[in-house]
Amino acid sequence: MTTTTATEPGYVPASESLSAVLAKGEPPPRPSALAASMAFGWRAMLKIKHVPEQLFDVTAFPIMMTLMFTYLLGGALAGSTGEYLTYVLPGILVMSVVMTTMYTGLAVNTDIEKGVFDRFRTLPIWRPAPMVGYLLGDAFRYTMASVTILVLGLIMGFRPEGGILGVLAGVGVLVVFSFAFSWLWTMFGLLLRSEKSVMGVSMMVLFPGTFLSNILVMPETMPGWLQGFVSVNPITHVAASVRGLMNGNLDPAELMWTGIASAVLIVVFGTLTMRLYNRK
Amino acid sequence: MVSEPTGLAIEATGLVKTFGDNRAVDGIDLAVPAGTVYGVLGPNGAGKTTAVKMLATLLRPDGGTATVFGHDIVGEADKVRGKVSMTGQYASVDEDLTGAENLTLLARLVGHRKPAARARAAELLEAFGLTEAAGRQVKKYSGGMRRRLDIAASIIKTPQVLFLDEPTTGLDPRSRNQVWDIVRIIVGQGTTVLLTTQYLDEADHLASRIAVIDHGKVIAEGTPGELKASVGAGSVHVRLRHADRRAEAEQLLNKILSVEVRLEPDPVALTARLSGTVSDAGAAEQAAKALTELAAAGITVDDFSLGQPSLDEVFMALTDRPATTQEESR
Repeated sequence: MTTTTATEPGYVPASESLSAVLAKGEPPPRPSALAASMAFGWRAMLKIKHVPEQLFDVTAFPIMMTLMFTYLLGGALAGSTGEYLTYVLPGILVMSVVMTTMYTGLAVNTDIEKGVFDRFRTLPIWRPAPMVGYLLGDAFRYTMASVTILVLGLIMGFRPEGGILGVLAGVGVLVVFSFAFSWLWTMFGLLLRSEKSVMGVSMMVLFPGTFLSNILVMPETMPGWLQGFVSVNPITHVAASVRGLMNGNLDPAELMWTGIASAVLIVVFGTLTMRLYNRK
Repeated sequence: MVSEPTGLAIEATGLVKTFGDNRAVDGIDLAVPAGTVYGVLGPNGAGKTTAVKMLATLLRPDGGTATVFGHDIVGEADKVRGKVSMTGQYASVDEDLTGAENLTLLARLVGHRKPAARARAAELLEAFGLTEAAGRQVKKYSGGMRRRLDIAASIIKTPQVLFLDEPTTGLDPRSRNQVWDIVRIIVGQGTTVLLTTQYLDEADHLASRIAVIDHGKVIAEGTPGELKASVGAGSVHVRLRHADRRAEAEQLLNKILSVEVRLEPDPVALTARLSGTVSDAGAAEQAAKALTELAAAGITVDDFSLGQPSLDEVFMALTDRPATTQEESR
């Protein structure tokens, strides 16, 4: 970085070595869907390694959210921040992680502008592999965000009744849902023209999607029409599932709705994403 | 591995691609013999990149058909992808990753397991003189290194058809020569190369056949010799010492060469496009005769050059207008 970009030794293409390399270009059998996706997942991890600043949004942002909402609303809503924490921390976890999913759309959008995307598209591989690769990298980010919030929560006094297993199961459910939800962003990443518009649409979806749910306040305090929206919002069910698992009072119906919502998201937006990807 | 290629590697008939009102590719026919370098020559925005992207399965044609070694680019896209590889105009590698990581990733994507992929990456880096830069992020590479990495990435699995989209645009002369050498070696191993370029010179050096594209159409096709012959053998540029002798010199040149002589904006310069074909080797002779006559008439010539026909001249001859950059399209 400090030296020049062009410290090029005198290179003369050698016929023998190039020919030898070409002669060895016998292709192995094409990679399986899993192997190709894992290779792209590896790429996502390498990007995190080379550009670690991008982890800022899965560490600093969740910390800010947790502190802000706990101390701002805790006293008013639940009488004390301690009690509120039990209710709100799993919700904040869901909110933060779901919000970080939008970076998938940004990553896809900035990538298509670059030539490397064309190279991937001329490879005879399982077509969704590059997209799945993004999402595998993102699953790592979601896990990072979850760990950050949980550690902070424990410090602040969050004592989950569900124990370690309950907490792990809660994080697992959340990561699976976020993986499914991200297909919405891969679609927008391919559909929209600029990073800015992806950002704009993300906000339009995420703000109502996360705030108009049971994450911060119990739906019973809301007007009837709003309760209607909140009860069909899949994020409400995810928050309820995570909360239930972590606090040891899971309602299996919530888990079922979360599963259904995840499956529908993958089928609908996964299909749309791949249509756009093939047409691009 | 690449069996002795015969017949046509690429065959396209009436390919069309439109972007809104812009017919970027407007009915292109191509027949690329296997095992050769085929040049697609044209100015910016002529439709070269769009045509190549269709052949490489990146864009779906709006009309016409094309096959790569007999496989339809739409119906059998996956089979085509198994045979081709493409080096785009802008680096088709990931700039955030290192050279080694890029090649390892692509080696994994053609089916190597991780250790084999690493080994393949290492031998390619070695052959392309990039071993020292292997651990550096690609964004810190020079233009020439990036281009070499890009080509290395395209031959991880030796392709039967390699598309090179303007492989030397923006490179310094040394890097350009390196790319030319690499292309010759790759073709020597049996791969068919389709190369787009803005430089007649480049197509001339590398390609055995050339298609000239303008406004999405093929306006001429043939061997470099045939093409140049169609534009004449080249141009004689003359600079006189005294501007007041120019009219006289113009008349003289016109008489000897029996071609139209162009007066340059520079008041002492003239250009005459030579007629005749390359095969009868008349260009140098005609020029020598012209010089002799000028000297005999006592007109002092300060500078003289005999130029190959340039892309501009090919365009002038084929379209009666200069090869200006047309509206940029994707």
